[in-house]
Amino acid sequence: MKRWIAAMVMATALAAPAMAADRIKVGFMSTLSGPGAAIGVDIRDGFDLAVKDEGGKLGGLPAEVSVVDDQQNPDTGRQIVERFIKRDHDDVITGMVFSNVLLPVMPAILDSKTFYISPNTGPEDYAAEKCSPYFFVVSWQNEDLAAAMGLVMNDAHIDTVSLIAPNYPGGRETLGGFKRTYKGKIVDEVYTKLGQADYATEITTIQAAKPKAVFFFLPGGMGINFIKQYVSAGANRDIPLYTPGFSADEDTIKAVGDPMIGILNTSQWAADLDNAANKKFVADFRTAYGRTPTLYASQGYDAARLIDAAALEVKGKIEDKEAFGKAMHDAKFESVRGQFRFNNNNYPIQDIYLREVYKDAEGHVTNKTIRKIVADHVDPFGARCPMK
Amino acid sequence: MPLALIVEQLLNGLQLGLMLFLLAAGLTLVFGIMDTINLAHGSLYMIGAYLAATVTEAAGSFLIGILAAVIGTAAIGAALEIALFRSLYRRSHLTQVLATFALILIANELVRIVWGSQPISLNMPASLSGPIEPVAGFRYPAYRLVVIVAGIAVGLLLYVGVTNTRVGMWVRAAASDREMASAMGVRTSRLFTFVFAAGAGLCAVAGALLGPLLAVQVGMGENILILAFVVIVIGGIGSVRGALVGSLLIGIVDTAGRAFLPALFRVLFPPAISSEAGPALASILIYVLMASVLFFRPRGLFPARG
Repeated sequence: MKRWIAAMVMATALAAPAMAADRIKVGFMSTLSGPGAAIGVDIRDGFDLAVKDEGGKLGGLPAEVSVVDDQQNPDTGRQIVERFIKRDHDDVITGMVFSNVLLPVMPAILDSKTFYISPNTGPEDYAAEKCSPYFFVVSWQNEDLAAAMGLVMNDAHIDTVSLIAPNYPGGRETLGGFKRTYKGKIVDEVYTKLGQADYATEITTIQAAKPKAVFFFLPGGMGINFIKQYVSAGANRDIPLYTPGFSADEDTIKAVGDPMIGILNTSQWAADLDNAANKKFVADFRTAYGRTPTLYASQGYDAARLIDAAALEVKGKIEDKEAFGKAMHDAKFESVRGQFRFNNNNYPIQDIYLREVYKDAEGHVTNKTIRKIVADHVDPFGARCPMK
Repeated sequence: MPLALIVEQLLNGLQLGLMLFLLAAGLTLVFGIMDTINLAHGSLYMIGAYLAATVTEAAGSFLIGILAAVIGTAAIGAALEIALFRSLYRRSHLTQVLATFALILIANELVRIVWGSQPISLNMPASLSGPIEPVAGFRYPAYRLVVIVAGIAVGLLLYVGVTNTRVGMWVRAAASDREMASAMGVRTSRLFTFVFAAGAGLCAVAGALLGPLLAVQVGMGENILILAFVVIVIGGIGSVRGALVGSLLIGIVDTAGRAFLPALFRVLFPPAISSEAGPALASILIYVLMASVLFFRPRGLFPARG
């Protein structure tokens, strides 16, 4: 009898890899408190919405999503990721907002061969030589939206500009992207402390330098502060603001209001993009949460849709990591931004749009899409990635 | 460097310093008189900003908003003092740090439950929303000037209150020797509640005044609290005068560092070094200042106790 049971156990154990998993475990770690929280909350809400739309499943498997707050703190992030990998044995990890949290925890995630789907930051580190079959970015490479704005400003013949960004990897890369395409003269390049609240000093310096425009990258609460203070100093009358979409979406608009009108910004997504997936997403999001989604929410939504499509593609056999990863790379899902596919380094190839903040017929301040700036934008680092 | 730019940056520094003073004054008194570390001081600042935003929105008047924020936050401060801080006075600093840190978490979570985690808007009165030009060619945001004037007014009021009134005398007496003051007949428990509520009210003034400039959001108090602690350490714990001098020093040094250091570095060093080192040094400048003050005056510039 004993031997028979042992044989049964053996047989089950051996058979397991061939059978589909009975569930999919997702570790969702994001910044849900502090000044960056609005971003993390939007990513989470977008992700949740997509899972809910599938009846709580991803790729037909019941989804167990554990949502944890990293407090924008790398140390907290490290502890949570340990838990995701070692205790929970998650199949997929996702959710992080900031590159300064993501970069320190990434080696542990990739060493454990756990998939990471980035719904926001797309650092240069994992786009080039260190690219990985377990690392996917569903949003953008950090340079993408800034590089597109460089093109817009070239077209508009803006020949002098001041730059401002927080002093952290994401900030430096974003300005790097802008400098890659912009052909005019950079009058000044200011790096501020991450999380700085008062920009009076920097605004005074900008005004004294008298550039034709300002390009700023200040995500979350930082952008809100900067725009409010910039407008109250009257600086926007002489020196207009340009920004990647991060500081000109619904979260910022809600806090700043009318002074935002007229700000041009670049994004891979907009609420008014005309495709079926996006219409459903925007309508569902408004019904579920009573607000218009941001680009962050669209990225969270797409991250869940990507996992869903890949798990479906391998018919639920997500333990076969090679097949699961390949299905992920194929990205057979309808992205809310329209066309979407992965570059060889698993960073997106996508269209980038120019948006303008305006007041619509009902008096709501929101974004409208002006035009497509680049079609099939490819990040500049893929060539250095050994994956083919 | 043009004179106008320097004057403008000095005004920026003055404004930052005055707002820090409103926070640091309450913090230093609580620390000095009750010997209590209140990490949740920044939470009172946050609550003040939220109350101001909500009442301004409902009443349509920024002045009513500020008033309501001050009264509301002072009431919350008094309630906290009676319910919680009284039992903390005699405990160790570690217990106080733990308890008030918990208070930060509770306050953040409560605010999130009530107002949501997205930042909310508090707009300045339309008449102050632009810049003014007091001298031709010199523009400064009107609202920031109002903040400076209000800061000076509240600061003066506080100074007169502490130095020239009976309550102020009790406060000074309790700050320099609590037990002797209570032996001489100062009703310390009532005084403590009053000081705590007044400190909370000052936080609310700062929160309400800064609300239109900064994002009113969960966690806004923590950043500024660190600066306020630097201020009271430099100024000398328990001393209102020290808090004033420390605040202005920090405000001006921080602003000057951010404004002029990167430019100076660009002149002195190649771009690769200056773009890294300039911002880095500018952001640690105030801590360098704190370290050097402590080196020469370990009790701060104006120690309250002899």
